Amino acid sequence: MEIDLRTVAIKPVRNTFDHIARRFGDKPASRYQEGTYDVQQTDIFHYRPMWEPELQLFDKRRTKVEMKDWYALKDPRQFYYGAWTIARARQQDAAESSFDMIEERGLAELVPSELKQTALDVLVPLRHMEWGGNMGNSYICAYGYGTAISQPCMYHGMDHLAVAQYLTRIGLVLDGPEALDVAKEAWMSAAMWQPMRRHVENVLVVQDWFEIFVAQNLVLEGLTYPLIYDYLDGDFSANGGTAISMMTRFMGEWTTETAKWIDAQIKVAAAESPENKALLSDWVRQYRTPVLEALVPIAARAFGDKAESVLAEVAAQFNARCTKLGLAV
Amino acid sequence: MSKVFIAFQLNEDTRPIIEAVLADNPHAVANESPAMVKIDAEGSLVIKRESIEELLGRDFDLQELQVNLITISGHLDEDDDQFKLSWAN
Repeated sequence: MEIDLRTVAIKPVRNTFDHIARRFGDKPASRYQEGTYDVQQTDIFHYRPMWEPELQLFDKRRTKVEMKDWYALKDPRQFYYGAWTIARARQQDAAESSFDMIEERGLAELVPSELKQTALDVLVPLRHMEWGGNMGNSYICAYGYGTAISQPCMYHGMDHLAVAQYLTRIGLVLDGPEALDVAKEAWMSAAMWQPMRRHVENVLVVQDWFEIFVAQNLVLEGLTYPLIYDYLDGDFSANGGTAISMMTRFMGEWTTETAKWIDAQIKVAAAESPENKALLSDWVRQYRTPVLEALVPIAARAFGDKAESVLAEVAAQFNARCTKLGLAV
Repeated sequence: MSKVFIAFQLNEDTRPIIEAVLADNPHAVANESPAMVKIDAEGSLVIKRESIEELLGRDFDLQELQVNLITISGHLDEDDDQFKLSWAN
């Protein structure tokens, strides 16, 4: 008897889901496409929410921004749950090994006491600001429209909690548990933090979810993070506080990565229509003023007499970024 | 002219790579076999890091190709930005 071995290529009947095929054609789709496009429920809402009976459970009218296709707001990082957790787990491993090394070698003791105090005064209270970022992005995920933007906002919200935890650990490493009580007290009552706290709390009660996206992710983060994780971090490294820079490494990387995503959202939304462009530009102007005012005392504590020039530089870079995104600021 | 080729395992990791290669090399032909794709091209074939990164949405190191690479034919000229096959003689 003769046995003849041969390979048989079995063509799949379909390459992907019908709704994905309608957008991209019938070819194998990426996990990101399958986990994102048209996932949001659009029809068959039996009941109106009792707390907002004029709208449906998921409703495009919860923001003044209008898009023909909300899925145009795609994430250039292509984060679906798997990709996001894998990326963050890798960064967490790196951060963990930095913290280990600092603790094992006692590097925190080598940081000059002046720098240590600056880190405790400026970095640790920021953990409360991060909580505001978590709330805002969770709100967007809950009330936003279209999985393309609501999904990464949830990840972004969780990332804010991660940043808050790293800031907490910086306090623990540099000073111990009392550092957190001191920072909380500073956030609640020190004059330096009140303008920032007022702004963060004002954003907590904004209703329009895209307005929160602009206020929190573009304006607040776009101005605060470069100031802290770029300029202040540079100062730490230059003056013998490398240990602090090692502990803020995640925030530095994360800021650059998420800025790309935020830019892509704003750019697409602004290019959609002149009305969107005007609306987004208005929001940027509206929120830029209080953030810059809130950063004045923080920058003064962080940079001393250089504060004004550093803040002006950060503001100029931010304005240039917005112009590049097609906004009129 | 003679042909160069490159063959990849067909999986979730290589799909964007194959898509990028086919987009950058309009003269290339993909031949699908079970669990494998062999890309043939007349003369030369170039794989660009930038195009893969665009489809992938993250930084890509061309060395990552090796994980799913089955075989190549042609003289290889490789640097950080591109991976080029051709018959240079």
